[in-house]
Amino acid sequence: MKVGVVVFPGSNCDRDALHAAELAGAEAELLWHAETDLHGADAVILPGGFAHGDYLRAGAIARFSPIMGAVREHAARGGLVLGICNGFQVLTEAGLLPGALRRNTSLHFEHGWVRLSVERRDTSFTNAVPSGATLRMPIAHGEGCYYLPDAELDRLEAAGQVLFRYAPPEGNPNGSARGIAGIMNEQGNVGGLMPHPERAAEQILGSDDGMFVLRSLVESTARSGVLVG
Amino acid sequence: MGSHRFSVSVMPREGILDPQGRAVEAALPQLDAASVSHVRVGRRVELSVEAADEEGAREVVERLAGELLANPLVEDWSIELLGAETAAASRA
Repeated sequence: MKVGVVVFPGSNCDRDALHAAELAGAEAELLWHAETDLHGADAVILPGGFAHGDYLRAGAIARFSPIMGAVREHAARGGLVLGICNGFQVLTEAGLLPGALRRNTSLHFEHGWVRLSVERRDTSFTNAVPSGATLRMPIAHGEGCYYLPDAELDRLEAAGQVLFRYAPPEGNPNGSARGIAGIMNEQGNVGGLMPHPERAAEQILGSDDGMFVLRSLVESTARSGVLVG
Repeated sequence: MGSHRFSVSVMPREGILDPQGRAVEAALPQLDAASVSHVRVGRRVELSVEAADEEGAREVVERLAGELLANPLVEDWSIELLGAETAAASRA
């Protein structure tokens, strides 16, 4: 079971994601964005950072990196893809996830700890989360305000595509619609979230709650399946 | 063939909160500019396209605007021709 972690010019959470994937029991490999294949990776992580300097819009240029063709094919085959922070932005720009991540309404770069409610625990990204648990993870982003027109938000919620919402006591840090912190596609094999599970991978970092997400991804892939579709 | 120079103005869509515009507005009281309101901040991209005619060049710019320069979910854009230099003119 191998996780490929894409490295764009400007990615800066790639090694953390690699380490967390290994902690979750996977073999992991960094994949340079100019590559055109996934080196046999069974699941793909698009990590946090500032791909291509975030010029134009976060994720706008990364979407056209050569490796994104292979990521798109992998997703079309039902393979798992997880976008974290900047990776989430790349997935929305690429049209692999619905919506857009806009400038935080607070006007600030928001960083610190947040708490997440887990909307469902029967997905490839959340199946290892214990019943009733909320997850404590860090955020660090300037453009994390999730946006989708209201009617489409209704459809997103009705289809059960919301994975995580910002929860008290910290609450919604960036003005995201309906407090949404993470979503998945309709097929349930492409997911994204603004908080950083890989930065909450060991107790020494302040929390290891992020491992529930990484373990869900790795274990679902090892069982070679996408849980919901 | 000729070179056509365009500008593409990309703006946050009407009705979508524009935090950058709001940040600029927040500075106005220090400038004694209380008469100024409804600030919106976008971006302008200039580019040149080699094409047989303006129509062909404009098609290219329109495609780039929708696929790369703007995110149609949250941004609108407008395209303006700044100038054209035809092969004949450049030989002259």
